[in-house]
Amino acid sequence: MIRSRYVSIIAPLAIIFLGVLTLLAIPQTRPVVEGFLNGAFGGRNHFNLFSTLARFSILLGMAMSVLVSFRAGLLNIGGEGQLVLGGLTAALVGVYLPGPPLYVSVVALLAAMTAGASWAVLAGLLDRVAKVPLLIGSLLLNYPASYLASYFVSHPFRDVASGATQTHRIMTEARLPRFPGTILDYGILLIGATAILVIALEKTSVFGYRVRMQGYSYGFARTSGFPTGALYYRTLIISGMIAGMTGYTAVFGLNQRYIDGMLTIPLYTWTAIAAVLLAAIIPLITPVTAFFFAMLATGAIGMERSADIPREIGQIVQAVIVLYLAGVGGKMLSGGTKEDH
Amino acid sequence: MFLDSAIIESIPRFFTPVLLAAIGSALCERAAVFNIALEGMMLVGAFAAVVGCVYTGSWMGGIGFAIVAGAAFGLIFSFFGVQRGGDDIIVSIGLNVLAIGLTAFLLRALFGVQGQFEDPRIVEIPKVNLGPVADIPFIGDLLSGQSILVWFAVLMVFATHFFLNNHYYGLRIRAAGQNASALRSVGVSPERVKTAALVACGILCALGGAQLSISNVTLFTEGMSAGRGWIALVIVMMCSARLPWILPTAILFGLVDAMGFRMQGLGLPQQLTEALPYLLAIVVLIIAFRRKSIRQQALGQSDA
Repeated sequence: MIRSRYVSIIAPLAIIFLGVLTLLAIPQTRPVVEGFLNGAFGGRNHFNLFSTLARFSILLGMAMSVLVSFRAGLLNIGGEGQLVLGGLTAALVGVYLPGPPLYVSVVALLAAMTAGASWAVLAGLLDRVAKVPLLIGSLLLNYPASYLASYFVSHPFRDVASGATQTHRIMTEARLPRFPGTILDYGILLIGATAILVIALEKTSVFGYRVRMQGYSYGFARTSGFPTGALYYRTLIISGMIAGMTGYTAVFGLNQRYIDGMLTIPLYTWTAIAAVLLAAIIPLITPVTAFFFAMLATGAIGMERSADIPREIGQIVQAVIVLYLAGVGGKMLSGGTKEDH
Repeated sequence: MFLDSAIIESIPRFFTPVLLAAIGSALCERAAVFNIALEGMMLVGAFAAVVGCVYTGSWMGGIGFAIVAGAAFGLIFSFFGVQRGGDDIIVSIGLNVLAIGLTAFLLRALFGVQGQFEDPRIVEIPKVNLGPVADIPFIGDLLSGQSILVWFAVLMVFATHFFLNNHYYGLRIRAAGQNASALRSVGVSPERVKTAALVACGILCALGGAQLSISNVTLFTEGMSAGRGWIALVIVMMCSARLPWILPTAILFGLVDAMGFRMQGLGLPQQLTEALPYLLAIVVLIIAFRRKSIRQQALGQSDA
């Protein structure tokens, strides 16, 4: 069984590898592959590599948020709302809070994490108190969050002079510093540290163990006397906090303001869910798959430049991978939730 | 103050896409397929309808393309979710992303535009004019001058209800959901029945999408299904897939949409009024699941 699963993962990888080699060998298709590689890693001073890393940073953050809840068997697919509210809150603090830069930055981070966590807890309350399944509740909450953010940046907090639907620029000194000579900011360190913490604690801490066991079998966790109620909310809070933090890094790093749709149009959350699924919800593999999807997106942009193929091909490939996974992976999600409630 | 003829006239075009998707979703629900790819199926339908119009020059071509696209999505779902035994949730996530990527990709590949596509070749679905009925206040506004799909959707509610309760294919769908092995024991493949339900659902969702793109307006915008597939799912969950309840619930959502649209006209920001259906959905779900869980508790106690 396990061997056949390995085969089903390795076989398509081998096919892709051979396909890429073939494309490289044929002179007419060579620019396509070169465009992809250039888009993902190349550019002047490896500019594109750093865009890939910047995207990877956000994807990794969201993947960790998704991972924490999926690992506990909680189908929180409302990461988008939590991310958006985190980003928006960070931007508002960054623009309007006076004070020393470090203070503003820290307050923005904490506020973003609180916003993300509250939205996740709201979905949890809907599930636990009102019995609306978490899957649906968390997803539905995405829409009010996005519309609210959209309203805020197009009406009360809009930078009207800029012409675009975006907030004013945050306090310049408070932004996350960049690695010299690149567009990559220190946000990736924050996200990276969080990822290491999540991966390490999941394996070593009592809390991680309990979360994992609860994910495997709710009944087992309950019979073993785990505080399942507290675990449930704690997991959601952590998941939401990481999503909020990711929103903060996107606003204080790359864009330095909240732009309407900046966190939703690139499908960060859905891509992160795909990354977690591709990693079969195994923490240590998730960063690899998150990087793979980041590369896929920026590579597709490169292909658009070199071979005039619309960049959405990246999303299509991603969707096909998810579908293929569903075909070989079996009941990865629904199986764990049957015993819930 | 709100209920004037313009609002009443707009209710059907707001509820029809959601209603069509909800009927499809109810079929899946009864066949025990957890299809949350309604959103993607609607989006693909909306796009295919526009493509069909442009290439055939007729609204019927648009409908035809939408049907084919919706059926194809149903078949893809069936292949990965039913035949290969994949997780319905993961398949749905894949299909939703596929719909977003594919429509945006084809929009640029076929028409060379991004974001939005408008074209004089996009023909509107004809509207049914009821002649003298149109002059009756309120009722005339509601019934006359609506697109064919509006009538189709309403008829489908009753047809599907009858089908599920009386026709033996309908009974098979319910059997596939309730007890697949019993169905297998009488020589019917539950996988086939589920596939049929999925294809029907794909077609209905795609027609809902067509109502959006070639009837409510005559253009395609990226992501134009805008969460309506999820609203449809909420309606089905709330009604426990019972069709007689789906129609009034869908109309309620149509009414809220119509009022939201009106409030925009009165100066309320669009972003806030567009969030209304989702807030209503959450409230509706709270009420529905509360009642359900109370009922379940009561049942559990009587069993013990």
